[in-house]
Amino acid sequence: MKPARLPVRKTYKLFVGGEFARSESGRTMAIARRDGTHHVARATRKDVRDAVRAARGAWAGWRGRTAYNRGQIIYRLAEMMESRREQFVDVLLSGGATAREAAREFEAAVDRAIWYAGWCDKIEQVLSTKNPVAGPHFNVSSPEPTGVVGVLAPAQPSLLGLVSTVIPPLSGGNVVVALAPSSDPLSAIAFAEAAATSDMPKGVLNILTGEPAELLPHVAAHFDVNALDIWTADSGLAERAHVAACESVKRVRRSGTRDRKFWFGDASQSPRWIEAFMEIKTVWHPAGV
Amino acid sequence: MKTITRATKAELAKGWEYAPAPEAHDYIKLRSRYGLFIGGKWLAPHSRKYFATINPATEEKLADIALGDPEDVDRAVKAARHAYDRYWRRLAPAARAKYIYRIARAITERSRELAVLESMDGGKPIKESRDVDIPLAAAHFFYYAGWADKLDWAFPNAVPRPLGVAGQIIPWNFPVLMAAWKIAPAIACGNTVVLKPAETTPLTALLLAEIIEQADLPPGVVNILTGPGPTGSALVNHPALDKIAFTGSTEVGKIIAKACAKRNRHVTLELGGKAANIVFDDAAIDQAVEGIINGIFFNQGHVCCAGSRLLVQESVHEAVVEKLHRRMQSLRVGDPLDKNTDIGAINSKQQLKKIEELAASGDQDGCRRFQTECALPARGYWFRPTFFTGVALSHRIAQEEIFGPVLSVMTFRTPEEAVDKANNTRYGLSAGVWTDKGSKNFKITSQLRAGVVWANTFNKFDPTSPFGGYKESGFGREGGRHGLLPYLELT
Repeated sequence: MKPARLPVRKTYKLFVGGEFARSESGRTMAIARRDGTHHVARATRKDVRDAVRAARGAWAGWRGRTAYNRGQIIYRLAEMMESRREQFVDVLLSGGATAREAAREFEAAVDRAIWYAGWCDKIEQVLSTKNPVAGPHFNVSSPEPTGVVGVLAPAQPSLLGLVSTVIPPLSGGNVVVALAPSSDPLSAIAFAEAAATSDMPKGVLNILTGEPAELLPHVAAHFDVNALDIWTADSGLAERAHVAACESVKRVRRSGTRDRKFWFGDASQSPRWIEAFMEIKTVWHPAGV
Repeated sequence: MKTITRATKAELAKGWEYAPAPEAHDYIKLRSRYGLFIGGKWLAPHSRKYFATINPATEEKLADIALGDPEDVDRAVKAARHAYDRYWRRLAPAARAKYIYRIARAITERSRELAVLESMDGGKPIKESRDVDIPLAAAHFFYYAGWADKLDWAFPNAVPRPLGVAGQIIPWNFPVLMAAWKIAPAIACGNTVVLKPAETTPLTALLLAEIIEQADLPPGVVNILTGPGPTGSALVNHPALDKIAFTGSTEVGKIIAKACAKRNRHVTLELGGKAANIVFDDAAIDQAVEGIINGIFFNQGHVCCAGSRLLVQESVHEAVVEKLHRRMQSLRVGDPLDKNTDIGAINSKQQLKKIEELAASGDQDGCRRFQTECALPARGYWFRPTFFTGVALSHRIAQEEIFGPVLSVMTFRTPEEAVDKANNTRYGLSAGVWTDKGSKNFKITSQLRAGVVWANTFNKFDPTSPFGGYKESGFGREGGRHGLLPYLELT
C-alpha cells in the first residue's frame, strides 16, 4: 500500500517590514496544539526596535495615500482573509475552538475588517469641524494619524481581538507594531500571511510573537512610538507600560475589558477606536482680499 | 517732494517720543491678604502660611496669598466632590448653562479691573490683557455655557457623562485666560473643579473666584487653591480625583502623567512648544515680518505656541533679517500699564535668569545676536527683544523652549527642507507658514506635525477653535467641540 503523503510543516516567524523573519535571537517558544507542538519565534527588544523602524519608514507612504486607497487595501485584506477561510478555521480549531466557534470568530473578524475599511474615507468627515471664529479667518480642525501605534492584541479571542485592535489605527493612517498573545500566537501569524498578500505596503503592519510581558515595556519606552493600545493588559502590566510611556508623552488606551465575549458585540467596533490614535490639527487662514 | 530714505525713517523712529499713557489703577481694591476659595467660602490656609505676589515691573509686593498644603487640597477636593454629588450633577443642564453665562457676563463687566490686575501681577502689557486675555476669557465661558445643555448633540451615537472632580493646574503666562480654558469646559460638562493658579500670578484667579461667588454658583463647584509647586503636587496625588488637566512645561507634564498613570486617572496635558515659523520667498514679506514680531514677542514670548524658530527661505533671508531688525527697534519696552507698551516685564526673576542663560548659550554657540537698543526701566525684570542668526538645529536655542522674547533664525532652500527642519523637534504644539501660493500653503500645513498651524497669520485664538499639541507638547484639546472630550466619558 502506498503510504499517506507526509504533510509539510510550517515555520512560524515574525512579520516585520513585510518579511517573515526569525527572531534575531534565534529563540523560539513551544506552543502545544491539537495538531502537535509548534515552535514560534520569541521576539526580543532588538526585534521590537526593528519593527518600530520598519513601521516608521512605512508611515509617510501609508498616511500619504488617499483615504480611498487605504480603504481599498484594508478591504483587500478582508478579501484575502475570506479566501483563506480554511486556514483560519484550522488554526482556530487547533487552538481548541469548536467548528461552530471557529466559524463564528472567523466571520466576525472578516466583517470587522470590512467595517473599518469603510471608515477610512469617512472618519475625517465625522471628526472634523469648521470653527466659526470671531474674526476674518477660515478655521478648520481635522484629524491626522498620530504615527506609530504599539498594540497589545487581546489574549482572547486571538483572531477577532487582533483584527479589532490593529485595523482601527491602520484605517486612520497610522502604522502598527502588534504584539500577539503568547497563549495563542498562531492566529496572528495566519493574519500576517493574509496581510502580506493584500497590497498592504511593507512595514505598515508588523506583528511580533513572543512574551508580551517581556516586549511591551520596550514598546512603551520606545521614543519613536507615538501611541499605545494596552486596552486588555492586566492592571500590573498596564501600569508599568503606561508609566514608561509617559516619558515620551504617548497616547495610551487602557482599562478595557478582558472578557472575550465583548469582541463579538456591537460595542467593540466604533469610530472611537480610530479616534483614539488621531491628533486634531487646527489650521487658521486669513480670509480677505 | 523730498524722498524719505530708509535711513531718515530710522532716524525719525528714534526721535519719536511717546508721552506716557498709563492706565489708571487707583480704583483696584486689593485685599492685603487672600485666603483659599473652598466650598464657596474664603478660608485661611491650614498651614497659616502666606506668600507674597509681586509686580514684576516694580518688584513691589501686591498682596499676601494663602499657601495651600495637602490638608487644604483635601478640603478642596472634598468640597468639589460634595458639590458634584449634591448639586452640579443633579442640576438641569440648562441651569448649568445659565450659571456659566453669568460668569461670562460678569467677566466682561469687570474686564478693566481684571486687565489691570493681570498686567500688574504678571507684567504683560495692558493692551494685551485688555484686548486679548480678558475678552477671550469671557468669550470662552460664553461659548462653553451654550454647550452645557447641548452635549447630547456633540458626539454622534454616544451618551456623554461627566467624569466627576477635576484637578486643574495652570501656568503664569495667561493667568485668567488659562483659568477660563480649564474651568469653562469642565463645569459645562457637569464636572466640579479644584484649580491651582501659578505661584507668581494668583490674583486674577482670585478675582475670578469673587466673580463666581457673586454669580451664586453652588458652593464647591469651583474651588481656587493657591500655592507653589508642592501644592500642585499634592493636588495631582490626591486619591479622590477623577481627572487632572495641566498646562505647563513638558518636564512637569511628564511627572504628572506618570502620577496619573499609576492611579489610572484621566489626564490631559498642554505642554511646551518650539514652533517653527516658515517664511517662503513668495510670501508677502512685510506682513510676514509683522507676523514674526507678533509670533515671538507677543506676551514677552511667554507663550507655549510662540513662533520661536524662524525658518526663512535662503533667497529672502537677508531682506527678512534687515526688516525684522528695523521693525524690532520700534517696539516699546517698559511699564506694562502704559497703553503704548509693546513688551512688558518678564514674569519673574527666575524666568529672567532662564532666558538670560539660554540667550548666553546662543552667544557661546557662535550665533549672532540682534537686540533692541531702547532704555530699560531701572527696577523690575526686563529682557530686550532679541533674535539670533546663524543658528543650527543642534543649538540649544533651536531645541529648548526659552519662553522669552528670543527668536532663533535659520534658513532653508526647498519646501522639503523647511518641513524637515520644522518637524525636527520633540514638540508639536504650533507652527506658522507664510506664502502667497494657496496650493503650497495647503501642502505645507498638512505636513507640519503640530496641533495648531497659522497660515499667513500667527497667535490667533478663539473659544471655538481647538488648541493643543502633537508629540511631547501633550494631548487633549482646549476650545471648540473637541475641547469637551477631556471632560466627558462617552458610552
